[in-house]
Amino acid sequence: MRKTLLRKIWFISEKSMAEKLRFRDPELTKRVAEKIHDLAPEKTVKICHVCGTHEWTITHFGLRSLLPENVEVIAGPGCPVCIVPASEIDEAVQAAMKDVVITCFGDVLRVPGSKMSLLDAKAAGADVRIVYSVSDAVKMAEKEKGKEFAFFAVGFETTAPSTASEILAKPPKNLSFLVSHRVIPPAMKVLVEMKDLSLNGFIAPGHVSTIIGLKPYEVFPKKYDMPVVVAGFEPLDVMFAVYIILKQLNDSEPRLENEYVRAVHREGNIRAQEMMHRVFDVEDGSWRGIGLINSSKSVLRKEYSAYDAHLKCGINVEQGVDSQPGCKCHLIIIGKIKPVDCPLFMKACTPEKPVGACMVGTEGTCRIWAKSTFMQKGK
Amino acid sequence: MPMWLFSILNHNRFILAFVSIGLIVMCLAIPGKVVSVADSKAEVDFGEGVLREVNVSLVDVMKGDYVLVHAGFAIQVMDEKEAMETISLWNQVLDAEDAAKKNMVYK
Repeated sequence: MRKTLLRKIWFISEKSMAEKLRFRDPELTKRVAEKIHDLAPEKTVKICHVCGTHEWTITHFGLRSLLPENVEVIAGPGCPVCIVPASEIDEAVQAAMKDVVITCFGDVLRVPGSKMSLLDAKAAGADVRIVYSVSDAVKMAEKEKGKEFAFFAVGFETTAPSTASEILAKPPKNLSFLVSHRVIPPAMKVLVEMKDLSLNGFIAPGHVSTIIGLKPYEVFPKKYDMPVVVAGFEPLDVMFAVYIILKQLNDSEPRLENEYVRAVHREGNIRAQEMMHRVFDVEDGSWRGIGLINSSKSVLRKEYSAYDAHLKCGINVEQGVDSQPGCKCHLIIIGKIKPVDCPLFMKACTPEKPVGACMVGTEGTCRIWAKSTFMQKGK
Repeated sequence: MPMWLFSILNHNRFILAFVSIGLIVMCLAIPGKVVSVADSKAEVDFGEGVLREVNVSLVDVMKGDYVLVHAGFAIQVMDEKEAMETISLWNQVLDAEDAAKKNMVYK
């Protein structure tokens, strides 16, 4: 019995591994790397990605070591946890201190606020619970009708539709939402317009694009002559995206291309987009380390203000302290410096005791670099 | 469990373990196969016998489809055919590049 079970598990894992390995084929990767070397121009090329999972793939598989020295892949603001400003963490802490049960994703727990994180609040006696999905928060609220619940909704367009879907499904009255969802294309625009960053191309986030489609990126090749490639998260996906961008730069024909065809459609997920539009309005929002970005934050529409935790729990935070002395998160988040260039990296600021937000989230650049001993040497 | 088997399973297990306690969320999405659908809920197999209830209100799915799952919600249906074709397409692109380069040399 045990043997057949093991054999079954082995068979399934072998099958899924084989599929995965096709996208991790070392021979093909080597071929792409050779082509990239052939294409690399003499001047430095800076390619920016805006997704923590891309940074993980690049760092974990050591893809930077396969690229020529003058082709730089830098990490933009792709960690949804890292860009939540301290003032919004403070709001959640304030709610938690008012005997509201805060439900949030695990990543958010240790993100520093002005004075304390949600974990500190939990240590001080507040009821803060980790959930895997907003649906878990709904289930908890249904189960414990006597308590007041709030879901701290953090994330980009990948996560926002799930919150919208639960709000449209009429959650129980004792659950409200602290919405901190952000929209990524406006942030990409800010990066392009930072003249001192001088980017040459974008690797667009694959999973955000499954929702929003390709249209929001059209402006980059048109207005800024910037190649954009929507890419998946296997090593070959990323290598191919770099190759396509270099080829476009070589031919001076910047275009928008979709490399992640197995998951991203041109129009995106229309149903998810509609749900987001029905529930959320977009307004100017502040990003940690970057500042105010026009029309980049989702807020609940008036019809759904009954679910707004700000109104329901009377939360009011004017201003927060985003960064601690010495912390260079504001430069790391826009890809201006590498984590190893920060004086605190792996000294005062470690995954066990993070100082800045980039060391907290599993998709934060510093956290990813810290977990890879190879990167700690700064290669 | 023998060590060799453990090491093969280790990677996926690691991710799934994290998912089940809710540590990895955000932009990470994991593909899985739909086992059964009932209204907006579906049971999705992430491989190695890990089944989880997933909300499918954002997509149209049928039994047997592969879906990308993010924070308990299926965000898109994966195209198996496209996935198969992607790699052969990549090879074709590289072959074409090689051929073009050879022509240049001969000229």
